[in-house]
Amino acid sequence: MDKTRENRFMKYLRKDRLPNIFCAGCGNGIIMNTFFNGMEMAEIDFENIVLVSGIGCSSRIPGYVKCDSLHTTHGRPISFATGIKLANPELDVVVFTGDGDAAAIGGNHLIHGARRNIDLTVICINNSIYGMTGGQISPTSPKGSYGSTAPYGALENPFNLSELVKAAGATYVARWTTAHPVQLSNTIKKALLNKGFSFVEAVSQCPTYFGRKNRMKSPIEMMHRMKEESVLKRKADQLTESELEGKLVVGEFQNKTAPEFSDKICRLLEDKCVTGKPSSLKSAYQED
Amino acid sequence: MKAEKYFIQGNEACARGALKAGCRFFAGYPITPSTEIAEDMAVFLPREGGSFIQMEDEISALGAVIGAVWTGLKAMTATSGPGFSLMQEHIGYAAMTETPLVIVNMQRGSPSTGQPTMASQSDMMQSRWGSHGDYEIIALSPSSVQECFDFTAEAFNLAEKYRVPVMVMGDEIVGHMREKIIIPDKVEILPRQMPKEGPETFLPYQAPPEGTSAMPAFGDGYKMHITGLTHDERGYPDASNPQTHSELVNRLCDKILKKTAEIARIQEESTADADVIALSYGAPSRSALKAVRNARNQDIKAGFIKLDTVWPFPEELVRETTKNAGKVVVVEMNLGQIFYEVQRVLPEVKVELLPKIGGEMQSPQEILEKIKSI
Amino acid sequence: MRKDIRIAGFGGQGIILAGIVIGKAAALHDDMFAVQTQSYGPEARGGASKTEVVISDEEIDYPKIENPDILVAMSHEALMAYLDDLKDGGILIIDPDMIPEEDVLPFVKEHNIKLYKAPATRTADEKIGLKIVANIVMIGAITRITKVVSEDSARKAVAESVPPGTEDKNLAAFEAGAALADGGV
Repeated sequence: MDKTRENRFMKYLRKDRLPNIFCAGCGNGIIMNTFFNGMEMAEIDFENIVLVSGIGCSSRIPGYVKCDSLHTTHGRPISFATGIKLANPELDVVVFTGDGDAAAIGGNHLIHGARRNIDLTVICINNSIYGMTGGQISPTSPKGSYGSTAPYGALENPFNLSELVKAAGATYVARWTTAHPVQLSNTIKKALLNKGFSFVEAVSQCPTYFGRKNRMKSPIEMMHRMKEESVLKRKADQLTESELEGKLVVGEFQNKTAPEFSDKICRLLEDKCVTGKPSSLKSAYQED
Repeated sequence: MKAEKYFIQGNEACARGALKAGCRFFAGYPITPSTEIAEDMAVFLPREGGSFIQMEDEISALGAVIGAVWTGLKAMTATSGPGFSLMQEHIGYAAMTETPLVIVNMQRGSPSTGQPTMASQSDMMQSRWGSHGDYEIIALSPSSVQECFDFTAEAFNLAEKYRVPVMVMGDEIVGHMREKIIIPDKVEILPRQMPKEGPETFLPYQAPPEGTSAMPAFGDGYKMHITGLTHDERGYPDASNPQTHSELVNRLCDKILKKTAEIARIQEESTADADVIALSYGAPSRSALKAVRNARNQDIKAGFIKLDTVWPFPEELVRETTKNAGKVVVVEMNLGQIFYEVQRVLPEVKVELLPKIGGEMQSPQEILEKIKSI
Repeated sequence: MRKDIRIAGFGGQGIILAGIVIGKAAALHDDMFAVQTQSYGPEARGGASKTEVVISDEEIDYPKIENPDILVAMSHEALMAYLDDLKDGGILIIDPDMIPEEDVLPFVKEHNIKLYKAPATRTADEKIGLKIVANIVMIGAITRITKVVSEDSARKAVAESVPPGTEDKNLAAFEAGAALADGGV
């Protein structure tokens, strides 16, 4: 490949792990690009980033990024990230997760992370389906949509993830789609800079399963559809429930400041510590 | 805390042992009969500059512990039966990723919710293989408040040395019992090892066939990828490669099983000339010891073995100390778990089980009768 | 020499703390060995509560109690549950306001039991003005009657086991309890 035409974010990747396992047309690539873009805009030091993920296609992203990364169990990355952040509050801890990972098996950890307002940036790639296991419906699959476990259409109501996480106490919540890469980059920048629990819902396409099972022929068509269905949050707030039927509300759902959890712990340690050393950073390597 | 005498519960002793051993992170979830460990850590950890967090369940508690360990802390959690069941997912993850950590399980009557305020030893097999897959862990079994302190402190060093989850398998009796203990000013601490190599050449999972590698922390510049997938020496997923999987999982087991001689410990009394030996661990071992002493007073040649280490099973030590005895009575608060392990390693010996469930341990009288009747 | 003590009553009477104090007195101040265990139901208040203390001049193997040398009953229910286990020739201490004496007399006679009555709850109320120190009153009585721990050690253990600022009231309760023993059977 011509070096001069190499993607400018290639320097952040583990080149020895490429090519990646993502299908052609998957939204993960766009989201990785917007993540690096947002990180650079936020002027976050790449060396200081730890990526944590659960299980699923989106959770494979950290494995391709050349930073410390913890690929954990299904649904639980926020709990691992909580331990990382408390053990070293200086680190920028980012969680990559998906709709199945964060909203189904990990739903409890998601709302408790938000409730604590711990300084994590959670990027939830919501493609409304389980890709890795072959196209089963998820808690965000639209009612009536098809999946291999909903051959007659999904009967359940989907979660509105951004509203859920906002209600649980997150201090920054926004939703954009892979068809809004500029907005998504900006949102990731804000999420990284927010001192508190930040939730970025990146609505994405899974052409291989969601597209195929729901008669959308190509990733391009899926992205067009996402763009068409999108209504800005500000505008959506003026619309009735029936007017919003079939629409995808995008924009910021929450952007406020509130005391952050790891900060509160640091202050507690400063207050209660009797050893004169209110931090145990890297203490596992010490002899006493 | 100076070297002092205390009259405290086993649970409190676990917490103090952990703190002395350098534990600076605890994540847990309230559950009887182990809650006092979490409560003590909530009080004492901040005083030592460490963090305590009450998580939303036991799954996330162990997840947070693993995250903290990879970020350079020594960390633990504590639980009982139902919580131990929930933790199995992350015990497997810790075994696969070779994350050193300590779990205290104060066992209660089970299955399911069972008997929250009563004792049992019915999680012993679960402690070995409760998570899916082939793996090995280390499990210690304290029988006194002093051992709760000593074994928990030791568990941290074993965890570091073998890069493995170490379980302190107590029970409601030792967890809630109060006894005098001596807490030394300092205990031996085995620090975690940073690699000698720099980030350019270090491979986080390059290890000898029966060993482990050094372990840097997140933020040290090593840019590790840690995954529960089958991984190669670089830590990269290589899940469809039979050879990678076989080498990795064999090593995870061999680094413990083939080091049994240096890990496992037992205590014994009067075994040399014994015809019949009472073998036990944890709280009922004290009953067994009393029974053996009573038997000796009645001129019965009885001996006593207590397993300090239950996993890896101290095969050679048990064979050695029972070689002159024709009969062994296994005393445990369950319907037979370690019993089958003893039978396996002593095929020539008459091994019988004296089980007990319901929440109380075997009385010395019950054990003495079994010693006489076997 | 091993002494097995069982104290039983209902939740809220401070039964378990009584066991802890006696255990502390023996283990930390008399330089003996002691083990304290307890059992309780899910109720924080009102349910059955029991504590056992083993005190010995040598290391204690079996930490539980089958047949106590000393039984202290602070409720009728506790008495009924545990009286039969008391060793022949053992010591029985009851709170006579909780337990009618005639309920125990046949057993006492038959098994040569030394019976003591210590109205701990009434004494706590009337002498100290605080019903909740009934357990400390009982510790005073147990200490003077049975001499399982020295009185100085028991006082130290009381003082270090009660909430800061309440030491004087509790030590007064201890003395009032000890004085009950001087009254005899």
